[in-house]
Amino acid sequence: MAVRRIELMLCTGTGCVAGGAFRISEALEKEIQKQGLEKEISVIITGCNGFCGHGPLMLVQPDGIFYGFLTPEDIPFLVQEHFLKGRPVKKLMFSPPEKKEPVPLLSEIPFFKKQLLIVLRNRGIIDPEKIDEYIARDGFTALEKVLTSMTPDDVINEITRSGLRGRGGAGFPTGTKWKICRAEQKMPKYIICNCDEGDPGAFMDRSVFESDPLSAMEGMIIGGYAIGASHGYIYARSEYPLAIKRMNLSISSAKDYGLMGKNILGTDFSFDLEIRQGSGAFVCGEETSLILSIEGRGPEPIQRPPFPAQSGIWGCPTVINNVETWATIPVIINRGADWFSKIGTETSKGTKIFSLVGKINNAGLIEVPMGITLKEIVYDIGGGIPDNKKFKAVQTGGPSGGCIPYSMIDIPIDFESLIEAGSMMGSGGMIVMDEDTCMVDVAKFFIQFTNDESCGKCTTCRDGSEALHKVLTDITNGDGKEVDLEFLEEVGNAIKDASACGLGTTLPNPVLSTLKYFRDEYEAHIKERRCPALVCKNLIKYYILPEKCTGCKLCLKNCPPGAIKGELKHIHIIDQSKCTKCGTCLDVCPPKVSAIIKVSGKEMENITGIEEPYPVKRKGGKNET
Amino acid sequence: MAQLTLDELRKKRKEAQKGIYLREGKYKSKIIVHMGTCGIAVGAREIVTAFLEEIEILTEKDVILTTSGCAGLCSMEPMATVELLNSPSVKYGNLTTDKARRIFKEHILGGNIVTDYAIGIGSEKGG
Repeated sequence: MAVRRIELMLCTGTGCVAGGAFRISEALEKEIQKQGLEKEISVIITGCNGFCGHGPLMLVQPDGIFYGFLTPEDIPFLVQEHFLKGRPVKKLMFSPPEKKEPVPLLSEIPFFKKQLLIVLRNRGIIDPEKIDEYIARDGFTALEKVLTSMTPDDVINEITRSGLRGRGGAGFPTGTKWKICRAEQKMPKYIICNCDEGDPGAFMDRSVFESDPLSAMEGMIIGGYAIGASHGYIYARSEYPLAIKRMNLSISSAKDYGLMGKNILGTDFSFDLEIRQGSGAFVCGEETSLILSIEGRGPEPIQRPPFPAQSGIWGCPTVINNVETWATIPVIINRGADWFSKIGTETSKGTKIFSLVGKINNAGLIEVPMGITLKEIVYDIGGGIPDNKKFKAVQTGGPSGGCIPYSMIDIPIDFESLIEAGSMMGSGGMIVMDEDTCMVDVAKFFIQFTNDESCGKCTTCRDGSEALHKVLTDITNGDGKEVDLEFLEEVGNAIKDASACGLGTTLPNPVLSTLKYFRDEYEAHIKERRCPALVCKNLIKYYILPEKCTGCKLCLKNCPPGAIKGELKHIHIIDQSKCTKCGTCLDVCPPKVSAIIKVSGKEMENITGIEEPYPVKRKGGKNET
Repeated sequence: MAQLTLDELRKKRKEAQKGIYLREGKYKSKIIVHMGTCGIAVGAREIVTAFLEEIEILTEKDVILTTSGCAGLCSMEPMATVELLNSPSVKYGNLTTDKARRIFKEHILGGNIVTDYAIGIGSEKGG
């Protein structure tokens, strides 16, 4: 390959693609041609860079300069200024919210600084559709090592000693799982990669397959060697077309090179991979349902034991691990268990990927060492809460995780601490909530999700989630009763105790954890008919402050149901009988006027909206009312 | 494609590493060509091409080439700054492609400053 002086590492993860990354790539190619730079500069398509909140984005190498929020219109200027004349363009760089000067280098941006990339070691560095680039980054060196100098037992011992625990949620020690499977007499054995990522707001697995598909596959081949399997499945959601395309490309190029298939690298060991697509049922992320789904049966979890490691797909011993777990394996083999086990905490080793979303400045995908505090994630990496709002809670572990309140912000992130706090690691979703989030409403949202996704096999999960949802709906509608809280706790605990799979045993977590930490909010809804976060529509009213209204008619013109009465330079009034509480008036009222407020509870009593508009009188710049 | 043996895979890896060296931030020397309007007008782009061609034939890719704006000494353009790891940077002026190739061989590969073309050692202090 001819040398270039600049490589533009353009992110084409799903987030950036949705933001127009391929249009950026076209614009770049076009302008590079126009300037006659095509022999000096190349555009490299990479997987997700992680800083999704700033996409479409790219990294300029070898300078290490980061550009975000790109539009095709920016490109001609950028190419001429930076790539031709060597003057980096400040306005396209990252600027921290509170500072005026941009941070040119990716390595200096706080979002990246505290991260430690093991699983995502190749993200943004390689083109995920070119196997040679994976190979160049020490790809398949672990497989080489395993096939030439380690017995299957050596491999299992190394993984056991590393302390690696499954990244799918439950945190079961990976080495132990492999050992159990290896000890089984029955043949054949199978390997499965669980890429059925269903949590709202989670995209760790997708990202790994979009940015570095072969790392997880190399892990699976090594796993196959360790347990004695020659066939593996990747179970992925069909909603991940880009990830699946890159998986397919990787499999065919690995087969071409003889790194997959019969007699890998000329040894006796053979291993094949096959992709199976799920149809978006959340319960398929549960291992026994996933196995049934691959077999072509309905995905209803089955009682364990026997565990899949003993009797899995087609009744054969099967090791099923999450994408992240598989992608960690080659690194452990290459760098050793001792190195790996030094990262993290006493019981949780290594790093974990989180998708950091919600009310946070730097939304994106992060990989951090276990034991990092929640505070470091939210403030140092995440850059805090937008608009200087107050941080309220973080929901970890997906819809069946729990909410961790601000008071516990110093909690270290590891398997045990999160469970102690009433939540869980889960697969690594992290949803940040600010003061404008109603915790009862959040609990209702997640229960609605798990209720929809319950497979219906266990009564407690199927009907229990229904019952929880009904009571939560009553509370948010202002029809809550004091006994409801007791009911929620009792039913929540019953669902936990009596459901067969992980979905049921964890689904009450959002309710139970918010009841534990935000009981006052539940009580306000029930006793005072008040929603403290001003979210629940039945419990709030919009009101125009007469002393602030300038009578500009902006809200009146924009109100969808026509609930606002008024005329020019007259104080406007909201007719409460017509108001649908859509919030449009609040959005359109100019910030310097800010005449519209939301009220809840007692304050609502006197607001009827039956008065008539009256003229605005001004004196010394203020209204007289 | 025929299946790879272990040795072939290793060979392929070495070859492939040359293709991605720019991204890994590992290099021993850096050439900065000044590409202000003044520099481009008197042939800075040809200097870039000459340096790139020299890098192309290296087996060990440990030289990177970048550009920067006008260095402020427009009368001496085209200019380039050469930085070897752990040594002060050297600025060269009034370059031609032949001079660039000589600098590449003697300074970057040989480690000896080409005093015939050098106009200064080190960079001015930032305010």
